[in-house]
Amino acid sequence: MTGAGPAAGGRSARRRSRRWEPRAEAPAWRVVLVTLAAVAVAALVVTWVFVSYGVEPVHAWSTIVRRTLLEPRGLSETLRKAVPLLLIGIGLLLAFRARFWNIGAEGQLLAGAVGATAVALFAGLPAPLVIPAMFLAGALAGAAWGAVPALLKARLGVNEIITTLMFNYIALYVVRYLINGPWKARTATGFSYSERFPVEAVLPTFGTTRLHWPTLVIALVLVGVIALLLARSRFGFEVEVLGRSPEAARYAGIDAGRVTLVLAALAAGAAGMAGVGEVAGIHRRLVEPTQLSLGYGYAAILVALLARGRALAVVPAALFLGFVFAAGDVMRVSLRLPSQLPDVVTGLVLLLVAASEPLTRGRWVRSEGTEPPAMPVADALTAGPPARAAGAEGGGG
Amino acid sequence: MRTHAPLPPRLSLRGIEKRYPGVRALAGVDLDVANGEVHAVLGENGAGKSTLMHVVYGLVTPDAGSMAWEGQPVRLRSPRDAIALGIGLVAQHFHLVERHTVVENLALGFPGAPAWRPTRVLIPQLKAASDRYGLALDPRAVVRDLSPGERQRVEIVKALVQGARLLVLDEPTSVLTPAEVDTLFTVLRRFVAEGSSVVFVSHKLAEVEVLADRVTVLRRGAVVGRRSAADGLDRRDLARLMVGRDLAPAVGARGLAERSSATPGPVRLRLAGVRVELPGRGRAAPPMTALDVPALEVRGGEIVGVAGVAGNGQSELVEVVAGLRAATAGRVEIDGRAVGGAHGARGRVDAGVALVPEDRTKVGVVGDLSVARNLALRHAHRRPFARGMWVDWRAVGRASEKAVAAFDIATPSTGTPTRLLSGGNVQKVILARELGRDPGVVVAVHPTYGLDVAATAQTHARLLAAAARGAAVLLVSEDLDEVLALADRVAVLAGGRLVATMAAADANPEALGLAMAGVAA
Repeated sequence: MTGAGPAAGGRSARRRSRRWEPRAEAPAWRVVLVTLAAVAVAALVVTWVFVSYGVEPVHAWSTIVRRTLLEPRGLSETLRKAVPLLLIGIGLLLAFRARFWNIGAEGQLLAGAVGATAVALFAGLPAPLVIPAMFLAGALAGAAWGAVPALLKARLGVNEIITTLMFNYIALYVVRYLINGPWKARTATGFSYSERFPVEAVLPTFGTTRLHWPTLVIALVLVGVIALLLARSRFGFEVEVLGRSPEAARYAGIDAGRVTLVLAALAAGAAGMAGVGEVAGIHRRLVEPTQLSLGYGYAAILVALLARGRALAVVPAALFLGFVFAAGDVMRVSLRLPSQLPDVVTGLVLLLVAASEPLTRGRWVRSEGTEPPAMPVADALTAGPPARAAGAEGGGG
Repeated sequence: MRTHAPLPPRLSLRGIEKRYPGVRALAGVDLDVANGEVHAVLGENGAGKSTLMHVVYGLVTPDAGSMAWEGQPVRLRSPRDAIALGIGLVAQHFHLVERHTVVENLALGFPGAPAWRPTRVLIPQLKAASDRYGLALDPRAVVRDLSPGERQRVEIVKALVQGARLLVLDEPTSVLTPAEVDTLFTVLRRFVAEGSSVVFVSHKLAEVEVLADRVTVLRRGAVVGRRSAADGLDRRDLARLMVGRDLAPAVGARGLAERSSATPGPVRLRLAGVRVELPGRGRAAPPMTALDVPALEVRGGEIVGVAGVAGNGQSELVEVVAGLRAATAGRVEIDGRAVGGAHGARGRVDAGVALVPEDRTKVGVVGDLSVARNLALRHAHRRPFARGMWVDWRAVGRASEKAVAAFDIATPSTGTPTRLLSGGNVQKVILARELGRDPGVVVAVHPTYGLDVAATAQTHARLLAAAARGAAVLLVSEDLDEVLALADRVAVLAGGRLVATMAAADANPEALGLAMAGVAA
């Protein structure tokens, strides 16, 4: 349909009803507003949960805020939980921009932890090289773990959602096998874990906190690098075209298989480094997978979703989820609430953010007298990607 | 046949309105379809024909207006209601399950079909309908194996078996050979002779002139004229109504005269023994030769038209030349140098091959990306846009400002998402990108499909200009008039095989029609 008809007033519609009309582009302020509203609604529901458990809500919230944000120790917990989310989240954002639905970050994190443990325990490198070698090995192990589903997709068209998800379970049982079998510590009875890392394989932390700052620095640098790649590089442009129109990408001579493989390896490598941070910064040994990662690989999907395709927005999104995780600890320990509650919060936010997606892109109009929408702000696109890359589709996963 | 007076019209629409965001698709349309008539709805692409037909079939609910069937007011909530009344739709794109047989497709959604083995009941009905109207069909054939013409027959028989007394056909001849068009017209005439009615939606004047009893012409969602065969139909008059002014003189005749004096340049595109074999998929789809081009040469400054019914190897030919598909066998040479399939589309871009693809909005541009980025879509890997691994977006911006001016692209800015542009302007974006760098070989596929008259003329002018600058142009089009107007030579594809090449001066629609039908020329 070309050419908007003239707005002739001759024959007017008899029915008057309101209907939803999509707009051309979601303005940034609206995206932020809707996202904050979704989070606020989640907070309301959580308040209701507090009340129904007999916890005084003002006391609950003030305790949570104090022990996650205001006290230095609490803040460091929030930050340390944001670190793996930041690393994985930025990788997933890249993957989702090309519509590669990597659900396997959890397994890639474990693969990275295994790679780092192998170096820490068995490589026998000179002390100054151990930490860099661990990050390298973790990134490579994660990337290799993530490259297999990407190859299967590129070569055979196998659905990556299923393969990446299933690879999580393989990774989980590989770790269990290692800590119960060949890598089991001599001192381990009952619980299984590997030998403790030598001191040169342990990451420095801020003071007495558990915030392993080298991983945080790496994560922030990676966010910057990927933001730059997406905005300025040929690779970023190829990712963008591929994600929005595979047919146009083929026409443009973009090698979809190669791009998919590269970005899957980048995303999985980032997840692998998150695994390095957890073993080398927190646990100092390879431990039971469910202890090693608190579901960071899945929570980071929400981080990428909240960021709605914008690389730098991963930072506030990861901090927010880090806060949710840290708040979960506070609820469990200080408020004696069930340990499942943080999962409820995460699930709520995910649901509400996904459900609020259309609100960023439309408005109610009366069905009579619709005027052609004005051409949208011209620079909406060059400024950054609209939310659809990650938002709308991710809601289904 | 023309029995008007006492009976109420079979279908009667009053004041049908439909708005979409930014578009008034239908602005108060009245339409009466009498018993026993072929009523043509004529209009350019985007005139609202398809929307109107979707209203008639219950697929679209109008914002305002009323509808009456044989004098009774009706309200259609879904196609089910339309079918129950006796309205059948043969859509432009068929709605068939490819893996199922003809009769299974009939059984799907058939109102009276028994739940258990419905085909048992339907086969005799199908046979009866196809005998009565001369529509030959094998009920047990799998739809996937049928030609577009045969699929259309399935759709028609489906509507007939469902008891249609009004058959709506949306651009039915676009997939047919000239001979198949004749058969279709015979079927439709038999159908209306029984007192049934046909709504024939088209933008092809010649067909409307031959077939229609009455004509309603739409432009921009409104009825701009009605004509009756009884008073005589005049093609020029219909054309004027349809486009709102007199048609420009054929651009090709002028171009041809200008260029025939120029000697053609060296061979820039050569295909030798090129074949594309498609692997089979089990018994249902045996391996087939999708393309077989023994030899084809296009010289600089020359336009070679490729005619043929859609689905006869055109897309394979285009993809092989543009590097989107590797040929199974044979040689493709650009400017005398062999280019293999391995180089892919990017290699062809670097070799100076431009492609104006068939599907403008899905393939030709990325709708969500800005005009500037779409202008760089196929060139971001090369200088001056590429700087090592980076893209110089400022250079892209500068180049796109120039392109927007040079190709007269109507857009608020170069940052506007391309999907907000009209079809004609999207095509200008593609032409600017593909022709703006003096390509050696230009492949243009249905370059004017769906464009209005002005945009069509501009597109023709751009292609002629590219040839004049020394490009070898391969023009693939279903529109024989376009091919004959622009091309120096015409090649015909039938069943994947390049069966004939003739000078445009010697080509006429009849000879081409025979070649398209596979009758060796």
